[in-house]
Amino acid sequence: MAYLRPTDLDDALRALAARPLVVLAGGTDHYPARVGPWSKPPADEDIIDISALSPLRGIDETGQGWRIGALTTWTEVIEARLPKLFDGLKLAAREVGGAQIQNRGTVGGNLCNASPAADGIPPLLSLDAEVELRAAGRSRRVPLADYVLGNRRTARRADELLTAVHIARPRHEARGDFLKLGARRYLVISIVMVAGVIERGPDGRVASARIAVGACSAAARRLPLLEQALAGQSIEARLADRAAPAHFAPLAPIDDVRGDAAYRREAAVTLTRRLIGRLAS
Amino acid sequence: MSAPLRFRLNGRAVSVSVPPARRLTDVLRLDLGLTGTKVGCEAGDCGACTVLMDGRQVCACMVPAAQAEGTEIVTVEGLAADGALSALQRAFARHGAAQCGVCTPGMLMAAQDLLRRSPSPSAEAVEDALGGVLCRCTGYRKIVDAVLDAAANRPPGNPFDDPAPRAGRAVGARIARVDVVPKLTGTEKYGDDVAPDDALWLRAVRSPHARARFSIGDLKPVHARHPGLVRVLTARDVPGNNGYGIYPTIKDQPAIAADEVRYRGEPVCALVGDRDTVLGIRDDEVPIAWDVLPPVAGVAAATAPGAPALHAKLPDNVLTKGRLQFGDPDAAMAQADVVVEGDWETGFVEHAYIEPEAGYARRVGDRIEIHACTQSPYMDRDEVAQILGITPDCVRIAPSGIGGGFGGKLDLSVQPLIAVAAWHLGRPVRMAYTRPESMAASTKRHPAVMRGRWSAARDGSLAAVEFVGDFNTGAYASWGPTVANRVPVHASGPYRVKAARALSRAIHTNEPPSGAFRGFGVPQAAVVHEGLMDALADALGQDRLEFRLRNALRAGDTTACGQVLKHSAGLPACLEALRPHWLRLRAGAAEHNRSAGNGRAAVRRGVGIGCMWYGIGNTSIANPSTMRVGIGADGRVTLYNGAVDIGQGSTTILQQICADALGLPVDRIAQVVGDTDRTADAGKTSASRQTFVSGKAVELAARSLREKLLRLANVGPDALIAVEGSTLLLTEGDVRRRVDLASLPAEGTDGDVLTGHGSFDPPTSPLDADGQGVPYATYGFAAQLCDLEVDLALGTVKLRRFVAAHDVGRAVNPTLVEGQIHGGIAQGIGLALMEEYLPGRTENLHDYLIPTVGDVPPIDVILVEDAEPLGPFGAKGIGEPALVPTAPAILSAIRDAAGVTIRKLPALPHRVRAAIRAAQGARAGEPA
Ligand SMILES: Cc1cc2nc3c(=O)[nH]c(=O)nc-3n(C[C@H](O)[C@H](O)[C@H](O)COP(=O)(O)OP(=O)(O)OC[C@H]3O[C@@H](n4cnc5c(N)ncnc54)[C@H](O)[C@@H]3O)c2cc1C
Ligand code: FES
Ligand code: FES
Repeated sequence: MAYLRPTDLDDALRALAARPLVVLAGGTDHYPARVGPWSKPPADEDIIDISALSPLRGIDETGQGWRIGALTTWTEVIEARLPKLFDGLKLAAREVGGAQIQNRGTVGGNLCNASPAADGIPPLLSLDAEVELRAAGRSRRVPLADYVLGNRRTARRADELLTAVHIARPRHEARGDFLKLGARRYLVISIVMVAGVIERGPDGRVASARIAVGACSAAARRLPLLEQALAGQSIEARLADRAAPAHFAPLAPIDDVRGDAAYRREAAVTLTRRLIGRLAS
Repeated sequence: MSAPLRFRLNGRAVSVSVPPARRLTDVLRLDLGLTGTKVGCEAGDCGACTVLMDGRQVCACMVPAAQAEGTEIVTVEGLAADGALSALQRAFARHGAAQCGVCTPGMLMAAQDLLRRSPSPSAEAVEDALGGVLCRCTGYRKIVDAVLDAAANRPPGNPFDDPAPRAGRAVGARIARVDVVPKLTGTEKYGDDVAPDDALWLRAVRSPHARARFSIGDLKPVHARHPGLVRVLTARDVPGNNGYGIYPTIKDQPAIAADEVRYRGEPVCALVGDRDTVLGIRDDEVPIAWDVLPPVAGVAAATAPGAPALHAKLPDNVLTKGRLQFGDPDAAMAQADVVVEGDWETGFVEHAYIEPEAGYARRVGDRIEIHACTQSPYMDRDEVAQILGITPDCVRIAPSGIGGGFGGKLDLSVQPLIAVAAWHLGRPVRMAYTRPESMAASTKRHPAVMRGRWSAARDGSLAAVEFVGDFNTGAYASWGPTVANRVPVHASGPYRVKAARALSRAIHTNEPPSGAFRGFGVPQAAVVHEGLMDALADALGQDRLEFRLRNALRAGDTTACGQVLKHSAGLPACLEALRPHWLRLRAGAAEHNRSAGNGRAAVRRGVGIGCMWYGIGNTSIANPSTMRVGIGADGRVTLYNGAVDIGQGSTTILQQICADALGLPVDRIAQVVGDTDRTADAGKTSASRQTFVSGKAVELAARSLREKLLRLANVGPDALIAVEGSTLLLTEGDVRRRVDLASLPAEGTDGDVLTGHGSFDPPTSPLDADGQGVPYATYGFAAQLCDLEVDLALGTVKLRRFVAAHDVGRAVNPTLVEGQIHGGIAQGIGLALMEEYLPGRTENLHDYLIPTVGDVPPIDVILVEDAEPLGPFGAKGIGEPALVPTAPAILSAIRDAAGVTIRKLPALPHRVRAAIRAAQGARAGEPA
């Protein structure tokens, strides 16, 4: 059982290239997955702990927009000085577990774990984020929508690390928002969550809108028909009325202990309308 | 193993060689011996393991040791600098913010993080900071108050900081718990904190199937592969009777299943060895051949014709039936002006105490000693004795600290396994359940399928009431008969009725054994009687509170058991105290609904009410408590108290009673608590009985000692007693006498020179075939109001406030009584809104939701003290009464707000929304 904790990114990537390793960041998905029904075998696995890789830390503003390092914690997202564009991501960050989880859980871990209920994914979809994946001698950028493939499935190859998330600067004044529905106040897995960004054109109309819904399909989904329906509309309270059930066709909710499919579908519409209403106010 | 791990711990540098992926909780607790940091789930869900890492709160259970390298870690042990409690710890003590105390280290660390960052936070910021730490006992409000109070840096001199009250003033005083300091400093030792270093570890291999036959194959290969495996125990290794159970005649639950399992989670063998070995062996390495059979799930399946019988002795799967018949219910129903009826259904509810079951056993010669968390030391003693085939006096139960129980630690858990292992191996053996194991293996609240029919005359007086309920008692009897017997007595609610019929059955299924859970079936039945009281009030056009008041049982009334209540029936006083709040809250809700009401308003407010009564102590059977108080040659007074304190506060309450009955200040009394070698049988900590029954026994014991002291000095009953060193001072008017205690001969094993004994068994009588008799000597009464809002479009419920009025006879310690009420309400919230245990699906604390700090709204408590002459200083009980009216009040408020009656609990958002849709007849796919 090996446990590597490199401080150099290239060392880390070389180690990953050499053999399969379990990546460990903040550990908030890793450890809970290792509590068996009645046993907790000390997992027989080789681990690469990436927490000491400083290039993966922090949020920076770049020429094109922003770069969020994969190791950025949810608390760092909450405390960062960021424009209103990021309000949805910040609200989501406040809803990831409790303060202990926010202090340790990372943005990269949330995207790589890729739970259908991952609260980080809808806001980052609504920010049109791209993920940066690096392997020894290689680097690529993939739109988040193409990265998360399904329930705990991503496009990450075994030798790659997710190193950062990139968000382009919007052309217009933009605002983000996020709404989460759960059966209790704190520490709750989402039944449904909705994130959105609306860019306001100089004419006071929707220059562009991006809306994403989570926990209603194997991977969170953008709603392109709704986004098109919103584009060009004037930003006022009645904007929410534009959302029609047909716009939600991409969703394929399931029944589980938290809610049934019909409820999820309906709640997604309700929450989305409320979110648009808030963004338009 | 790599280079040693180095970090700073509570201000000191430490260095320790551990595997780098090891959880920081294990490093702290096992490698460094600091057990103040608790483990409740190892999955981030409970926050009991919260520590500060570089100044920020984190769950130590998810921090790899390697990441602690070079950091600064602060644990609860680091809070009380130089032995003095911090302002935060003192505030916790004052407010009663620690009950069982197992969440307290995590709460303190989370609060510490906040206060360092934000010295005067808002209540909302406190809730955000504590949102990741679960507490099952307190209902959180007193914790939030304590943090706000610590932040406010209150000047000294507030009432809670007073020194112990003077002699004769202890009962009624808000003293801090006498056992609070270890809970605040992390030195309290719970079940998993007590084992000696050389103990072997035991882990059970449990059935993944709900119903199966099995055989265990050759174990040699497992032994060969794992040299650290010392022994695998199977049913064949149980030396005595391989069966246990609450009832003397029903020992149906095997310590280790022999060849058949009846529920998922039943132990089939136990691995004993070093920790890494037994935790590291995968279940599929143990050669078990399963013959999986279709399980019987739910009471309908279990009672269907041809259903397989779980136990050969019970071919129809019916364990017990309960019955009550009073008056002529058929005639009274036929004559009534208004009849309402309805069905309700509740699910399995998990106790979810934050401390999973744990402890260790060791063999001492021909005796076995068990140090584990429990609610019933004497029953454990007798059960372990018959499992080992030894006499009860060869068993010593010395309970560890108990991190919550709520009925779930009344049944055996780790005890039979560690006892059998230690007995054979002659070495100490320890075991701690994992959270999923605790949830799968332990007992649950009985799911109930219930139907009620209630009627009234037009003038608003109740006529006949009928109740039929089937309770899913799961695979083994546990407390099923108790539930089946208690429910019919309570099914008519705290009301005067002309006639009643109540029928209940406890039915076996291949599901977890349902046992005792705060209220023994009464909380489920209360959903029915209160739902129908609302329906009747509405049908009669009467106010829901006034209708209840009109029918409330009063002293002098006859219950549906034919029992005449002579005293202490305070429901009318509770309702009258609530009336102004009822009117105010209802006006507020109406105002909100009007002003928001243009037809599109998504959020509607409502106010609900729930009432209850609850018999204190066991139903119609003996449940004595025996107590002893002694004074030593050195003047030290000791209460030998066999009542274990599971967090509810009996240790403190009994000491207060002892002090006043004896006439000494409360801080003069020491205690020995719940050790079967040193304390007499005080009965179980259940049925809300310890204040009433054991309290009375303490009072009698202390009075008897007092009489002996007075007689010694030949002074009258009103003499004042004081102890100075080994000198007893007695003052009666001008007469002052001194007695040198050191000159008296010691009596008994504990070296006391004088001892008082007290015993109390509440007077009851057996119930006849119609359930008529005197099932309980006294009853608690209560009514609660709930103010909430329902989001009609989403079906979500947001609680705004509770007002709870409880007749407790006498509040021996109002802070602790409030704490019970707050905690009961929190569990009632869970029952009503979110808790649903589904075997195999919600076996952890992220799929099984219990209320967090943000889910319990402000609670106003009104204490009504209608003294019970039988009780100590007039006191009755509060533990279970606190929870019973909560779910009914919530459902009543949902009905008020949204116009729908929720018939299947919990009222999860999708269920509430479905009810609203059905009521609105809304078109599918079109949200409101
Ligand atoms: C009590 C509790 C509550 C929670 N509540 C929420 C919630 O409300 N909403 C929510 O969305 N999540 C929640 N989570 C899940 C979790 O906290 C988040 O998903 C978090 O962001 C994970 O980050 P981490 O760094 O801890 O991940 P880790 O556990 O370290 O890793 C998660 C997974 O991602 C992989 N990985 C991590 N980083 C990288 C990387 N840079 N490159 C490649 N692979 C990587 C790991 O191999 C692992 O499979 C909760 C967890 C707990 C314990
Ligand atoms: S033990 Fe760490 S959160 Fe429960
Ligand atoms: S006091 Fe919080 S769990 Fe017991």
